[in-house]
Amino acid sequence: MNLRKYLKVYKKFLHTSLASELEYKTNILIDLITAILSLIGSIFLLSIFFQNNGYIGGWKFEQALIIQGIYTILNGITNTWFNPNLTEIVKHIREGTLDFVLLKPIDSQFFISLKKINPSGFLEIMLGFFLLLFCIRINQINLNLSFLTLSLITISCSICILYSLWFFISTTTIWFVKTWNAIEVLRSFLYIGRFPLNSFSFSLRIFFSVFIPIAFITTIPSEVFLGLSQLWKILLEVIVATIFLITSRRFWLFALRFYSSASS
Amino acid sequence: MISNLINRKIFTLLKVQYSNMLEYRVEIALWAISGIIPFFMLNIWTNNNLNESINISDVMLSRYFLCAFFVRQFSVVWVVFSFEEDSLMGKVSPYLIQPLNPFFRYFAQHLAEQITRFPFALMIAFFFFIFNPESIWIPNLVILFLSIVSTFLSFLIQFLIQSIVACLCFWTEKASSIERLLFIPTLFLSGLLAPVVSFPTYVKSWIYLTPFPYLIDFPANLLSGNETNISRGLSMQILWIFLLFPLFKKIWSEGTKKYTAMGS
Repeated sequence: MNLRKYLKVYKKFLHTSLASELEYKTNILIDLITAILSLIGSIFLLSIFFQNNGYIGGWKFEQALIIQGIYTILNGITNTWFNPNLTEIVKHIREGTLDFVLLKPIDSQFFISLKKINPSGFLEIMLGFFLLLFCIRINQINLNLSFLTLSLITISCSICILYSLWFFISTTTIWFVKTWNAIEVLRSFLYIGRFPLNSFSFSLRIFFSVFIPIAFITTIPSEVFLGLSQLWKILLEVIVATIFLITSRRFWLFALRFYSSASS
Repeated sequence: MISNLINRKIFTLLKVQYSNMLEYRVEIALWAISGIIPFFMLNIWTNNNLNESINISDVMLSRYFLCAFFVRQFSVVWVVFSFEEDSLMGKVSPYLIQPLNPFFRYFAQHLAEQITRFPFALMIAFFFFIFNPESIWIPNLVILFLSIVSTFLSFLIQFLIQSIVACLCFWTEKASSIERLLFIPTLFLSGLLAPVVSFPTYVKSWIYLTPFPYLIDFPANLLSGNETNISRGLSMQILWIFLLFPLFKKIWSEGTKKYTAMGS
């Protein structure tokens, strides 16, 4: 019953934000070109790395392309849902409109995480899927049920971790008010998710698996694609994703206790 | 007398913007941190011995990326985002009445931000040297002066390009998506992620005719003491400024005729 209510509300969210976004149709086209160019750019960069080397951190060029594909999908998801919504939190808190969200008979985290949608991100997600399909062909991966379930599990875990990271930083706005630059810092860190983790030095590898788990976000799903991943890594990713989701939820509820409206 | 007046205007603008920027120290520190991507790239390059193929030693490459970081820090431009917001909110109208082109205001804002940013950038460089003590070097005064000039010219080029894009706000409401599109070639071709020397020949044959390598690669090579053609670099920078400036003036005068005050 509760779930049905939320589904109904989400349908309304989709409808209103799509209607308002489709006002700027040329914008969507420009965003699509941007996504295509940025994919071409990063493949170009990758090709520079592989110019005179067969392997980078133990990955061949064709295999590293899988990471690009997964990164593009995750980036598309970020641009579709996380970015438009979670930057809105900052606005809500600065202008004190979070009051209206909290008063609604609906979960506040649900409301602020899913209210808006940016349709141009869909095209990026599709772009990533096409690249992945291409990679499946050139790497001669055979599709079977266990492969599909495992990759689906790991990618959804990545999405959960990514969401928690974004949500976590956006939540800190309650104390610091102007933290949207912190999101920019996160963005620049996430950028290295485009490259295999093994190509970094040992200390950075530790940093990117413990503090900002970029390792879990793109590298493990790509390993699943290549059939290289051990079971314990996948289990670890599931555990990490669960911990991240739960803590970000707890942190939000904790932060709300310190929320003291603005300008009212 | 006229020059005196201009001087006074510029100093007042700078002073106001500097005190404004000082209020957002933490934000600017976070901006500075979000620019550390060149260091991650350096890590990939040296960790995989990719620099052997382009004949640059580890030390020189680390100096190059440090300088790229510095040049980027002092040539970041965001005028289109400020102008878009001001124009949507109708704040441009009062600026237009004043006997001063509003872009001077943004220009002073950028300069003031760079002054505020300077200590943070130095701090990051300091940490970099702690981890890489062998890459410490002291450029001679002439080189230092020339690279400051070329960094400033690079800033000017980017400021002019963005101002031209910002003027498109007079025709379309969301010019920032065009800026995001233009940012992609800037990111991949300017030398921020990989030095232009390492690019494949089919790119190197035409890239020096575009403004991109003069934005980061040229000043960074100059400052770090890597091989570069100083006279060509500086003259190309000046040439691009002379090409872009009349274009900006033209689009500005066309745009202000088209201006319909929004939201006021």
